[in-house]
Amino acid sequence: MTDIADPGAAADRVVAAVLADLDGGHRGVIVDSPPGAGKSTLVVRATAHLAETGERMMIVAQTNEQVDDLIDRIATRHPHIAVGRLSAAGYVPGDRVTGHASVRVAQKADDLADRAVVIATAAKWATLSDGSWPWAIVDEAYQMRSDMLLRIASRFEKALFVGDPGQLDPFSTVEVERWAGLAWDPMRSAVSVLLAHNPDLPVHRLPVSWRLPASAAPVVSKAFYPFTGFRSGTGPGDRLLEYGARGMGTTYDRALDEAAASGWALYELPARHTLRTDAEAVRATAALAVRLLQRGPVAHSEQGSTPVTADRVAIGAAHRDQVTAIRAALGPHGEGITVDTANRLQGREYDVTVVLHPLSGRRDATAFHLESGRLCVLTSRHRHACVVVARAGIPELLDAHPSTEPVHLGVPVKFPDGWEANQAVLAHLARHRVPA
Amino acid sequence: MSTLTSLAQLQAVASGVAQPLATVRHCHLAEAPLVMVPLKLAGEAAAPLAVMLGSDPGSPTLLVVPQPRNRDQRFAFAADLARVALKYIESSRGQVEELPPGKEGEERIRYSDAPQLLVPNRGGVAFLRMLGRSTRFRRTDGPYAVEPSVPVLGRWLTWFTDRYDHPGSCLLLTMTETLRLHWATGQSALEDGNLAALVGWIDPPEGLTGPQAAALAEDPLATPPAGPTTDPGFDNEVLAPAVAAYDAARGPARDRAEERVRAVLETQLAPTWELMWRAVGLLRGLPEGASVPQRWERDRDSFTYFHQTFGEAYPQARRDSPVRAAKRLHDMERAQDAYDAQRAFDDPLVMAEHRLNGLAFGGEVTGCDPTRKDESGKRPKLRPHVWVRTGDPVRLDPGTTVCSAANPKIKGTVVEIGPDGAVLVELTGGMGRKLTPEPGTVPQVGDRVVFTSLTLGSFGPSRFPDKENTPWTHGGPPADYEPTDDDAAEDWS
Amino acid sequence: MSMTAPDLDRLRGVAAPRNHDARTIAALTANPGCARRGVMDAAGVDKDAVARHLGFGVPFGQSQFAITRGNTFEAQVKADGCAELLTLLRDRLGLEVPEVAYDDLGAVGDNEGREVRHARTRKLVQRALETGEGTLFDHPLLRLDIAGRPAYLEPDVIAFQLGGRFHIVEIKSFAVIDGQAEADQVAAAARQSAVYVLALRRLVAELGHDPVEKVAHEVFLVCPENFSNRPTATPVDIRPQLAVLERQLARLTRVDTIVAQLPEEITFDLGEALEEAVRTVEARYAPECMSSCEMAFFCRAEARACGATGALGRSVRDDLGGVDSVETALALAEGVLEPSEDLAETAEQLRLAARLRREALAGVA
Repeated sequence: MTDIADPGAAADRVVAAVLADLDGGHRGVIVDSPPGAGKSTLVVRATAHLAETGERMMIVAQTNEQVDDLIDRIATRHPHIAVGRLSAAGYVPGDRVTGHASVRVAQKADDLADRAVVIATAAKWATLSDGSWPWAIVDEAYQMRSDMLLRIASRFEKALFVGDPGQLDPFSTVEVERWAGLAWDPMRSAVSVLLAHNPDLPVHRLPVSWRLPASAAPVVSKAFYPFTGFRSGTGPGDRLLEYGARGMGTTYDRALDEAAASGWALYELPARHTLRTDAEAVRATAALAVRLLQRGPVAHSEQGSTPVTADRVAIGAAHRDQVTAIRAALGPHGEGITVDTANRLQGREYDVTVVLHPLSGRRDATAFHLESGRLCVLTSRHRHACVVVARAGIPELLDAHPSTEPVHLGVPVKFPDGWEANQAVLAHLARHRVPA
Repeated sequence: MSTLTSLAQLQAVASGVAQPLATVRHCHLAEAPLVMVPLKLAGEAAAPLAVMLGSDPGSPTLLVVPQPRNRDQRFAFAADLARVALKYIESSRGQVEELPPGKEGEERIRYSDAPQLLVPNRGGVAFLRMLGRSTRFRRTDGPYAVEPSVPVLGRWLTWFTDRYDHPGSCLLLTMTETLRLHWATGQSALEDGNLAALVGWIDPPEGLTGPQAAALAEDPLATPPAGPTTDPGFDNEVLAPAVAAYDAARGPARDRAEERVRAVLETQLAPTWELMWRAVGLLRGLPEGASVPQRWERDRDSFTYFHQTFGEAYPQARRDSPVRAAKRLHDMERAQDAYDAQRAFDDPLVMAEHRLNGLAFGGEVTGCDPTRKDESGKRPKLRPHVWVRTGDPVRLDPGTTVCSAANPKIKGTVVEIGPDGAVLVELTGGMGRKLTPEPGTVPQVGDRVVFTSLTLGSFGPSRFPDKENTPWTHGGPPADYEPTDDDAAEDWS
Repeated sequence: MSMTAPDLDRLRGVAAPRNHDARTIAALTANPGCARRGVMDAAGVDKDAVARHLGFGVPFGQSQFAITRGNTFEAQVKADGCAELLTLLRDRLGLEVPEVAYDDLGAVGDNEGREVRHARTRKLVQRALETGEGTLFDHPLLRLDIAGRPAYLEPDVIAFQLGGRFHIVEIKSFAVIDGQAEADQVAAAARQSAVYVLALRRLVAELGHDPVEKVAHEVFLVCPENFSNRPTATPVDIRPQLAVLERQLARLTRVDTIVAQLPEEITFDLGEALEEAVRTVEARYAPECMSSCEMAFFCRAEARACGATGALGRSVRDDLGGVDSVETALALAEGVLEPSEDLAETAEQLRLAARLRREALAGVA
């Protein structure tokens, strides 16, 4: 399918095939979507497609943020579809929800019985003990654990599962070994358990990332999606990041210039073993984001030219304490910049991101730090450029990392391997290195 | 782990003796626990070799399989073990407490006590799990009949090992993990897995330092391993000849040979038996944490239910069904959350972890407006202000709900965090229903307080489909388990 | 690669090079950051002998009960031309296994050299590749270059050709109970199988065939099932282990750089200068070494003697912001050592931790 020269046509062909499968009598249809490949657009189109047939449907998302985002998209694009927002007691709807006349909010499903589409988080759906919808659309299905799917699966007859297989795996705070190897291991993702029991369901892959620029798609594709792959919807010259103000020759400016020119920069601090909240690295991460805004960045793309404001910039880190420290370091100049962990940045999109590398300053690499999904999320949120902050020495750290992970019988091998993925990304970043 | 635990380890290295990680005991400790030290035959999945067990440090019971590859002897061993263990279980029920009827009016009771098993290490739990698995499906009639007590023992052992996986449960504890929860040594986690080395660090014998005691513990000749795996040197040089002599002996010589096998196995078990009771003594030296009785009550509930329904239930399945797996994971995650929070509220040393991470802060009250009211609404509300000066790295945003570590009922909101470590907390609840606070609720100037964003209330239990309604996404309803002849015929190595 | 051989020979001294087997090669991946281990392994030094000479012999052995059990099980599976194994592959894994030839490539006599045996394995593998016939090769003697030196692999596997593709079958005596086995043991078996797969792939490549096409990355692990002696076969995908192994073998050549920096006269001969020689090459001790390296007890004693935080565990050292010395970390915590600029943050964290511990413990006193 990647033979098709026009990315739009290639993507349309997949979307058409997905919609055709929805009419094909399958109990489930799965769509794998790499970062920014139009997952939400697909959900909106599938919603409209199913609504046309007159069937009622439920939509399952993983967080309230995702639910409200989908409501906004559906109601904007298809204002004639009656949408119900099922919510927990404490939920206060924002403008994105209340601004649409076609949306009604309720805490009980009975109050939304007349709605063509009812949307809620998986956790909310799991509180229902009866009711059934002919169709469900499950968004971010790779983030949802198998046990959550078990709790909501009785609510629908057929379902479309959409998600990004390259993101973070579900995790638990308790020991889960006893279920290893079971097809219904509650720690598997919803998609994995579904396919284990229904191996004949059609699986589609969206082939084009509309978010990632031409500078990033091949890197992310090769490192994190080695077998399936995807490409960027835009060409090398289609995106341009410009600054209104010239740099002053500082290392921050040089890193930002490199990022604008190539889409990537590795701002490398001297090698040193540090605490997680490495003050120097935290300072540099915050300062790069602030300096970026100070230089009046403008993003030119297929969507036109717009100034890059604080809400279009994100800072990502591995740990909560790093996030807190970076927030504190940002100060008033960084107001409005999103700072969060990889877990919480999943599914989000920005023009420019600044990333504190999970392995920066570490003396020993743990499985947590190496998890490929973490790095994948952090390096695939941007439309224009990604600046990575790290201490020198990560390649040596990776070289010295022992590989003695336990192996459970019957558990499918997970690809890509975190070690390989980290090496691939580092090898690329090395070409865009700016020493501090 | 955290910097706090790591620092305690450094202090242990420097001082040559283990350092406390807890100021209270975070586990229930029965008055008469059943200590079990099992040994298995090397190279086999679950072939028992011997077990030393009992509730009285002075009179352990020693059970031995003189020829561990002999199937009949293994089942005889299981029957002997069942006799001791089941008697212990039956004797630890205590009184029957009547509880208020349940939602549907059903009668509810709870035993006032429950059995507690103590084994040396995780290997011991794994062995009991395997022993449970290999005995619970046995038939008591037909061609491979065993003593009726054998499958009963199997089901109880399975129940104990399942409860072991449940965070905060104390029905089955391993001594190494329990000690490690309360003390940090100057060696790594790997070496702490050796019970003798661990106890050596915590309570070195007269005239020895922790590291010296631990070094002695690493010599299998001086200190036999705590099982269930035996020392290969012992196997090759002592046990194998003794077993061979037993095999070769006939008549009265056979009894003497059996006695010899018992004697050599006793040499391997007795030191660990002593260590187990020494460790029990060390744990008894700590005062019990405030929430321990509450968690033990959950254990007693579980025990009561299992005991009451034992007669009508099947042996536990080989693997969890989809619904069972999901439910169990959910229960374990809830228990973990509650256990983590309860430990922090019970123990300032555990709370210190959260202070280090910025989710709690402690210090002196420097200012207080105990009768302050919020009169912006229809009715005035009691909203005292408390200023706390802290040196802790507070990482709580203004607006975060906090409660007092000493009295979690007292709740408040972080209003502002000054640059000099002054935190303003507005108290919102737990001070009584009047417009003046109940005495002793609002801290006064000069008091030392700790506030935290941790909460004791966990999310409620969730809803799961019945097994018969297992959805198509998870393979549909699984077939019911019916014990078969194959189960009974299964080999037992 | 061969450039390093003379230097490494000199390092090893007069002792004959110790042969690698699948277990020792697999162990190379356990602590790749350790220069001491890297150099000693590359030079074929008998680490066990060195450790003993230094007074830190590893007290481990294997119980004869376990050995007996393993041998009995293997013999049973392989009896009558692997009859049980073939039944297993047909019935359990649903493989359409035709009648196959069984060739035992084990040593014919005591005097048969490894080169001769390897040549025979090579010839038979070649013939099998050309005919594509179903074949079971027991005890194939494979070869793998380790840092420029050929290592012959102790042959305790079966290479099994089915549908023109070789599979490695490894027989292990740990039990698979209700579909689960001990994860550490499976991991060790997978690492060893990866060594055989790699060696077989190299051989197949030398013979002019496509190694990835002709040697499967899925190996069959044959273990006793559920407390019985009945074998069960489980496919294990060893691609991750294979990737790690190839990476680490490629990296072994970096030993050159380390060796180049060593003093000229250094040797690991079992003599008086041995301890000094060993200490000259830096170790990277972690408690995990205890299960995979003969030098572990020596390195642990060394790490403890110099107060290395790493002796307490990798996570402890990382918690301490990479401070290597117990003494330094404690001095920082107690505020008696003025931290250098790069340690200021760690020092602050440690002082905070020390204060919190003091406060919490004072409450009980």
